[in-house]
Amino acid sequence: MSDHHEHHGHHEHAEEAPHSSFKGYMIGFVASVILTAIPFWMVMSDVLDSRNATILIILGFAVVQIVVHMIYFLHMDFQSQGGWTMLSLIFTVVLLFITLFGSLWVMYHMNVNMMPSMMGGADGMP
Amino acid sequence: MSSAVQTYSDTTSAVFGRLTWDSFPFHDPIILGTFAVVALGGLALVAALTRYKVWGYLWTEWFTSIDHKRIGVMYMILGIIMLLRGFADAIMMRLHQAMAFGDATGYLPPHHYDQIFTAHGVIMIFFVAMPFVVGLMNYIVPLQIGARDVAFPFLNNFSFWMTASGAILIMLSLFVGEFAKSGWLAYPPLTGILQSPGVGVDYYIWSLQIAGVGTLLSGVNFVVTIVKMRAPGMTMMKMPVFTWTALCTNILIVAAFPILTAVLALLSLDRYMDFNFFTNDLGGNAMMYVNLIWIWGHPEVYILILPIFGVFSEIVSTYSGKRLFGYSSMVYATVVITVLSYLVWLHHFFTMGSGATVNSFFGITTMIISIPTGAKIFNWLFTMYRGRIQFEVPMLWTVGFMVTFVIGGMTGVLLAVPPADFVLHNSLFLIAHFHNVIIGGVVFGVFAAITYWYPKVTGYKLDPFWGKCSFWFWLIGFYAAFMPLYVLGLMGVTRRMSHFEDMSLQIWFQVAAVGAFLIGLGILCFLIQLYVSFKKRESLRDESGDPWNGRTLEWSTTSPPPQYNFAFTPQVHENDAWWQMKQQGFQPPKEGFLPIHMPKNTAAGMVLAGLATVFGFAMIWYVWWLAAASFGALILGAIIHTFNYKRDYYIPAEDVATVENQRGEVLA
Repeated sequence: MSDHHEHHGHHEHAEEAPHSSFKGYMIGFVASVILTAIPFWMVMSDVLDSRNATILIILGFAVVQIVVHMIYFLHMDFQSQGGWTMLSLIFTVVLLFITLFGSLWVMYHMNVNMMPSMMGGADGMP
Repeated sequence: MSSAVQTYSDTTSAVFGRLTWDSFPFHDPIILGTFAVVALGGLALVAALTRYKVWGYLWTEWFTSIDHKRIGVMYMILGIIMLLRGFADAIMMRLHQAMAFGDATGYLPPHHYDQIFTAHGVIMIFFVAMPFVVGLMNYIVPLQIGARDVAFPFLNNFSFWMTASGAILIMLSLFVGEFAKSGWLAYPPLTGILQSPGVGVDYYIWSLQIAGVGTLLSGVNFVVTIVKMRAPGMTMMKMPVFTWTALCTNILIVAAFPILTAVLALLSLDRYMDFNFFTNDLGGNAMMYVNLIWIWGHPEVYILILPIFGVFSEIVSTYSGKRLFGYSSMVYATVVITVLSYLVWLHHFFTMGSGATVNSFFGITTMIISIPTGAKIFNWLFTMYRGRIQFEVPMLWTVGFMVTFVIGGMTGVLLAVPPADFVLHNSLFLIAHFHNVIIGGVVFGVFAAITYWYPKVTGYKLDPFWGKCSFWFWLIGFYAAFMPLYVLGLMGVTRRMSHFEDMSLQIWFQVAAVGAFLIGLGILCFLIQLYVSFKKRESLRDESGDPWNGRTLEWSTTSPPPQYNFAFTPQVHENDAWWQMKQQGFQPPKEGFLPIHMPKNTAAGMVLAGLATVFGFAMIWYVWWLAAASFGALILGAIIHTFNYKRDYYIPAEDVATVENQRGEVLA
């Protein structure tokens, strides 16, 4: 709130400004466009026969895209904000992992055990 | 919006949506009586406020205030008001269950009873425990870290009003329409539009969504405050334990609340737009809702209890006159709980059918999470060991907590064993367990914290006699109310029943009702305590700002602290910063004051949250034009507020000098 004032509080000034540059933003933008265009093209012109392979490749592109956004738009690296950004990123990734894979694991079991008609039999339980 | 919605609701008009005269409960004498009392009480309050001309004062000094201390107090008041509502629900249920046996049907029709137990749960968690916890953090954290306010003071005010807005919606459901009849987590398919076509579930969804925005934003606010605004020298491992637990709690809030928002949004799509995420057919799967909401729900219980662990840590070390035993183990235990709290959610639905692999994994993680909690109990005991313990009222609450919470924790570990849970799931044993940890933990902790920090907030202590009365009524009342539920649960009695056939069970419910009545006396004593202490404030006054010989920085200021908290930012060298300053004969500086830069009050938070209330109400009642208009106004208002550049001002150095020197004179 008081960033631009000479009598700033004790907390605002110590951090380095995010190293943003026109070049950085352009790299990020162009990379994002490419990473979006390729999956779009793959779906629209049915490049691969296997639908599952297409989905996996798109997921791969999505992950790369996330990383591009984090580096070029959110200016994340290992040092920024005294390591707090990296720490919170790791925490977020761990929680996302727990949530996604936990839910998949739990729901797989639920479906096998509780919805036999949908999964074709109740005895596939590990 | 969608044609299917129209089929399920009776009729919707373009102007009033589903709202008709029938939406007002004229036919129900209980609700009408409540409404009359509330309306008369409200009118009397408004009249009194007008007569004594306090509206202007309230508006300028409180409602529009972005001072973290004022906002903290407003959170606490919201919590107390909603506690009275939530407790009224509780005593109605206890009375009803004590009566409704055999031929007697009790005095509540089932649809009303179902709304009451749902409202009780929702209110107690979201609008009592959460405001209390957030209020405590608001008041104490900036003072403990030597900051002048939180990182985003306006956001703080907005967060409060969004929480209040959710509370207003839920109170409104009492008199306009109905509340959900689904239990406090609103599982579909019962809460789908087919099974619950009324407005009850929509009240549930929108009050939680709006309050959730406030909670999430205050979580962000506090993470930034604690990470960025600590006084120089206060490294992470020199933060007071309460601040540590507040940090972990707010990280949990930031990580967990979006899941709640998302899952309620999915449920809204099902209800409003004919989606099929959780419906019975067309590929919907209600079990996914249960899974997702508990991924939020389990961290939520730690969001509530972690700051309370911090409160007890401060209290135990202050009243034992010793530094906290095992500070770093306390910190690590808190961090471990923070991470582990994400790995146990399935223990809430062992019986849904996951099978042995999944159930044993989550059973084991649940047992593991009790270890750091147990370590904390030992730390508190060792802090007291050979300490010079003063049994002031907060210390009574603390000892009551330690005994009660250990019992609750042990029944929790018992429930963590999946085969045992198959017997006890959804029984009154579970109800007794979580009331045991929430009342014995969170509620006792909040009362301890209120008594402990009250002199800091107001400048006078709370009257100890009525505090002791309150404590003993609460403690005995709790055991009387919930130990019978353990017994009933072991006998297989399930929760949420509005009528029983087996007359032999009645005596247990009657004992529990007596217990609830005793708890009511405890609440009454607390209110009397507030009144009596105010009347006797001159004899209870504390001039020093440090009535308990405290250890952390909040005690280094005056009581109540000046608007800017600290004239000079303190320099921290050790764990218990204020204790060390006192040891070294700290003298408050008498000159060299500088003008202090402060944020300005603004009505924007209240206005935006008010618009959010209107939006929620319009969505609940399908008043689409009003929903669109209020949502547009909300966005527009937020944008306009960003162009308000007159947000700060300076307290002149002379004013600071006057305030500080006054204090010097008092102390001298």
